Amino acid sequence: MLSQLFILSSKGDLLIHRDFRGGSPVPVPEFFRRGVEQPPPFQSLGGLHFAHVRHGGLFFGASTEGDASPFTIIEFLNRLVTLLRDFCGPLSEKSLGMNLALVGELLEELVDFGHIQTTTPEVLRSLVQSEPEVPKPFSLLDLGSVGLFGAETQQSRVAPGAAAARPLPPARGDQPPRPELFVDVLERLSVVIAANGSPLKVEVQGEIRLKSFLPPGTELRIGLTEEFCVGKSELRGYGTPVRVDECSFHSSVSLAEFGSGRVLSLRPEPGEMTLMQYQVQDEIPAPLPFRLFPTARAQPPNRIHLYLKLRCDLPPKSQAINVCLQLPVPKGVSSLSQELSSPDQSAELDLGSRSIRWEIPKIQGGSQLSALFKLDLPSLGRAWRLELGPAHASFELPGLSCSGLRVRFLRLLPGTAPRWVRYRSCSEHYVLRL
Amino acid sequence: MPYLGGEEAQRELRRALSNPHVQADPARYRGAVLRVIRLMSQGADVSGLFPEMVKAGAVADVVQKKLVSFYVRAQAPRQPQLALLAVNSLRKDCAHPSPAVRGLALRTMCGLRMPGIQEYLQQPLVNGLRDKASYVRRVAVLGCAKMVKLQGDCEVDGALVNELYSLLRDQDPIVVVNCLRALEEILKKEGGVVINKPIAHHLLNRMPDLDQWGQSEVLTFLLRYKPRSEDELFDILNLLDGYLKSSSPSVVMAATKLFLVLAREYPDVQADVLVRVKGPLLSACTSESRELCFTALCHVRQILRSLPGHFSSHYKKFFCSYSEPHYIKCQKMEVLCELVNDENVQQVLEELKGYCTDVSEELAQGAIFAIANIARTYTEQCVGILTELLGLQQEHITSAVVRAFRDLAWLCPQCTDAVCQALPGCEDTIQDSEGKQALIWLLGTHGEKIPNAPYVLEDFVESVKSESFPAVKMELLTALLRLFLARPAECQDMLGRLLYYCIEEEQDMAVRDRGLFYYRLLQSGVEEVRRVLCSPKSDPSMGLLGDQSKQPVNAWASEFNTLATIYGRERWALATAQQPVEPSHSCPPCADSSSRDTESLVSEGNKEVPEVHPDTPMSEGNKELLKAHPDAGSLSLIPDVSLTAEQFEKTWLSLDTCCQLSLPWCGPVHADTIQTALRVVHIQTIAMSKAGAQPWKAYLSAQDDSGCLFLTELLLEAADSELQVSVKQNEAKPEALQSFISALRTVLEAVAGLES
Repeated sequence: MLSQLFILSSKGDLLIHRDFRGGSPVPVPEFFRRGVEQPPPFQSLGGLHFAHVRHGGLFFGASTEGDASPFTIIEFLNRLVTLLRDFCGPLSEKSLGMNLALVGELLEELVDFGHIQTTTPEVLRSLVQSEPEVPKPFSLLDLGSVGLFGAETQQSRVAPGAAAARPLPPARGDQPPRPELFVDVLERLSVVIAANGSPLKVEVQGEIRLKSFLPPGTELRIGLTEEFCVGKSELRGYGTPVRVDECSFHSSVSLAEFGSGRVLSLRPEPGEMTLMQYQVQDEIPAPLPFRLFPTARAQPPNRIHLYLKLRCDLPPKSQAINVCLQLPVPKGVSSLSQELSSPDQSAELDLGSRSIRWEIPKIQGGSQLSALFKLDLPSLGRAWRLELGPAHASFELPGLSCSGLRVRFLRLLPGTAPRWVRYRSCSEHYVLRL
Repeated sequence: MPYLGGEEAQRELRRALSNPHVQADPARYRGAVLRVIRLMSQGADVSGLFPEMVKAGAVADVVQKKLVSFYVRAQAPRQPQLALLAVNSLRKDCAHPSPAVRGLALRTMCGLRMPGIQEYLQQPLVNGLRDKASYVRRVAVLGCAKMVKLQGDCEVDGALVNELYSLLRDQDPIVVVNCLRALEEILKKEGGVVINKPIAHHLLNRMPDLDQWGQSEVLTFLLRYKPRSEDELFDILNLLDGYLKSSSPSVVMAATKLFLVLAREYPDVQADVLVRVKGPLLSACTSESRELCFTALCHVRQILRSLPGHFSSHYKKFFCSYSEPHYIKCQKMEVLCELVNDENVQQVLEELKGYCTDVSEELAQGAIFAIANIARTYTEQCVGILTELLGLQQEHITSAVVRAFRDLAWLCPQCTDAVCQALPGCEDTIQDSEGKQALIWLLGTHGEKIPNAPYVLEDFVESVKSESFPAVKMELLTALLRLFLARPAECQDMLGRLLYYCIEEEQDMAVRDRGLFYYRLLQSGVEEVRRVLCSPKSDPSMGLLGDQSKQPVNAWASEFNTLATIYGRERWALATAQQPVEPSHSCPPCADSSSRDTESLVSEGNKEVPEVHPDTPMSEGNKELLKAHPDAGSLSLIPDVSLTAEQFEKTWLSLDTCCQLSLPWCGPVHADTIQTALRVVHIQTIAMSKAGAQPWKAYLSAQDDSGCLFLTELLLEAADSELQVSVKQNEAKPEALQSFISALRTVLEAVAGLES
């Protein structure tokens, strides 16, 4: 049972607040406003327990008297975020402010007297009647997407990144709905590579996420790679197996054809949902995307020379973007001089986290980058090597799924509509020990 | 927050709201209403617009009705008179053809938190419960709970309760769950909604229709049901099997808890369930949502307490990621400590070592203590790593390592030599009080193995004037005196100087007294000093005590999937202690007991204790059995009862003595011994007289797993050689009482045996 629900901006301003139970309200705790960097998700104050989740800089919180299940609260708050995104579009302080009536209506139907009622988007859509307003950032670049004389340019055939983030049309809206379907295969990589280059831990957390703008009742069939196997022992097809260790599906997915043809079928509800989650451990078909070859030498009395070579082992046609390598350096390092292999890279010494941040906007598969850093520090301790590293890389791999999972086809019944499949892998945790 | 220009804005809005042109245009009308709401949510006072807003609620536009409803509910408590205005139009809306409007009106009416609204509520609520639209019934059911909450202490209407019980059979799943929730609140005083066999089976059959929230809630309600037979129990478990595989973590956890609780007598079933929940828990631990991950980690730790090896093969999942927030990293380090075994210790230590140089000092020290924790089992490897860390010569790292070393030297004597070799040089880096104390303790206790120990201590003695922590000075006194016994020639001079300083110049009384004490002790001869100071230098058994050995699953099954697991026992007890504790039904609170404190209980308690009736002694055989297992039998006392002295006193005074007995006792009482001995069998000491006080008294409390409290008074009259024991119980359970008394008796006899 929830007592309160609140949404705070990143600065701690109360954007939305509901007190479900009445009585003596305990104010939303100060710790959100004090700008604590990472408040723990559960805190107790005055006999109430405050739980929160963070999404895009906003705090979504709830308080309870203590009888509630922590999993339920967190799951509900996460669900609330997804719903708000479905209904209002991308979430920000501004969009919540503009959609005050809509958010109000939504909360009214979600929770009554502190009890969760329903979170099904379709039901909510029939109950909520306000229309969403999406804040439009003014940008001259938008003019670029206007086609000449309405001709269908190449640009309009590529799904714009923002299209999937638009809010669901209201159930009784006057504008004709634009049926569309987005299927995202998202994978998060957790890797630890030992100093000698052997992988210590390789793990992929993957999910297939669906965002549907289709009319309700449309049946969707998704064909996955035929060689998709669950568990260590299963063998299917003739190509390279796509092996996952564990796999779970949303409750609405019918698995009747999964055994024979790796086909999932369902009637997607409008809005966002996670269709399938899977995990791969220890073995992935492709080589790991990055290797680091470091050489560190002390130049007494007070200098360390650090030569880094970063090799990208992706296939030559793929690339990694927004690569950032963070390398902790010994305490007391005061300045950094650098020689990088190309001008679009940058490196800086981040004193807050006591590390070098080496940023590379783009690396093509198969290429190799190098950098030479000279670190100055007041004195060289005897254990300076201990403090160097391990390096942490963060990156995105557009168009790639590390597990090798592909979507073979997306079929709709009845009718047809634009369908988009997007792949994206990103690093959750990519550690290169030195 | 006062809103500047509120008056002006309010006036303008009133003009807009009552403008017929605006009223004629739905979009503009709604816009004006929305502006009012916006002002209200910014904290402005918009109460003056009440009549206009009520009028605005009487339009066809549902969105506008909702906005007005929100406004009316927020403003009603401030202006009950005007709110009655709204009630009329709401009652009209309750008969509207659209279910959405009916539901909204009913919800608004029930949400008006003002006195006297109940009489208007009754009829619409009864109609609502029988409405043909499920949406309205959902609202009406919860409306009943709201109404009862408003009424406060009044008698609960039996007809209403019956109606709600019969609605448990409603077609609509949300109505069913709402009924449970409403009954739970309405019948709170009687212990909540009753789940008997037909209801339990009905709920089990309805489970597939419910959504995840409903399922996890019903699973929680089912915890209350006790199956009659083994067959029924296993039928239920079979029926619920699928929910352990649900894609929603909250359903999986609720189901797990139900399994653990229902199968409390079947450890095999419990173990099987914990194996099956491993997958979902681990995937929650690696979830993208940090908060979910944290929640899952807390539960992993809980499970590890009973099954230490449970997650050992998945240790890599608990490696910290660079970008994770601190609260997750700390949890993960704790988990890593607990699941370490022969196979993974090398990798885990390698990983933890990486955290020790983290830029956050808190985290770095946490990692060092984690390694120290593992060192109790894998001493050699860990001491190697810790020694290596000293080379960094960083203040917070050296301090944490030395503190870890002190604990290790105490717990694992075999590593003392390695520790002693690593120490030289540390004194230059350590600045904080804790670290200095640890270093000085090590130098004093193991000084004979460290060649330069006297010279390091001498530096501390030289700078004692500028030392700001009294605790460090105390430690220095003890350490130097100890070292003096081992290496008198090197220490005599500086010991003299230190004692002189402490006695003549020191401002802190505790340090001065300690100095004086040692000075006088020295006067009585070296042999005496040796006798007093040369205590053992290590105590490996402490490690076994501190390391909580495997807890049975049943000890925490009832806490699983609650906030208690998140906070941990101690913090949970603290957090709930702030709440006003409701007196349990069996003991009505005393009139003015809250104003009295424990001290008064000690003086007044004995007036109310009736005469002693020695209990019939237990049979010898039974007693022998209990000696082997102090809390065996039907009784299992829970280890942490959070009963404050005030609560104890309140309950004590409201109960009658169930049992009195006297035990032979001779000599004085050693309070610490008794307290420790009682703690072993989970009996807490609430208050105790000072040693040697006459008469001597102690108050004890304990609670068994069914919640039954045992309160005990021990009384030792001066000349008496008998210890009088009186026990009170808050529920009449003769067998439990018997077992409790025999456990208590065993402990007290054991202590008496020790002391005589």
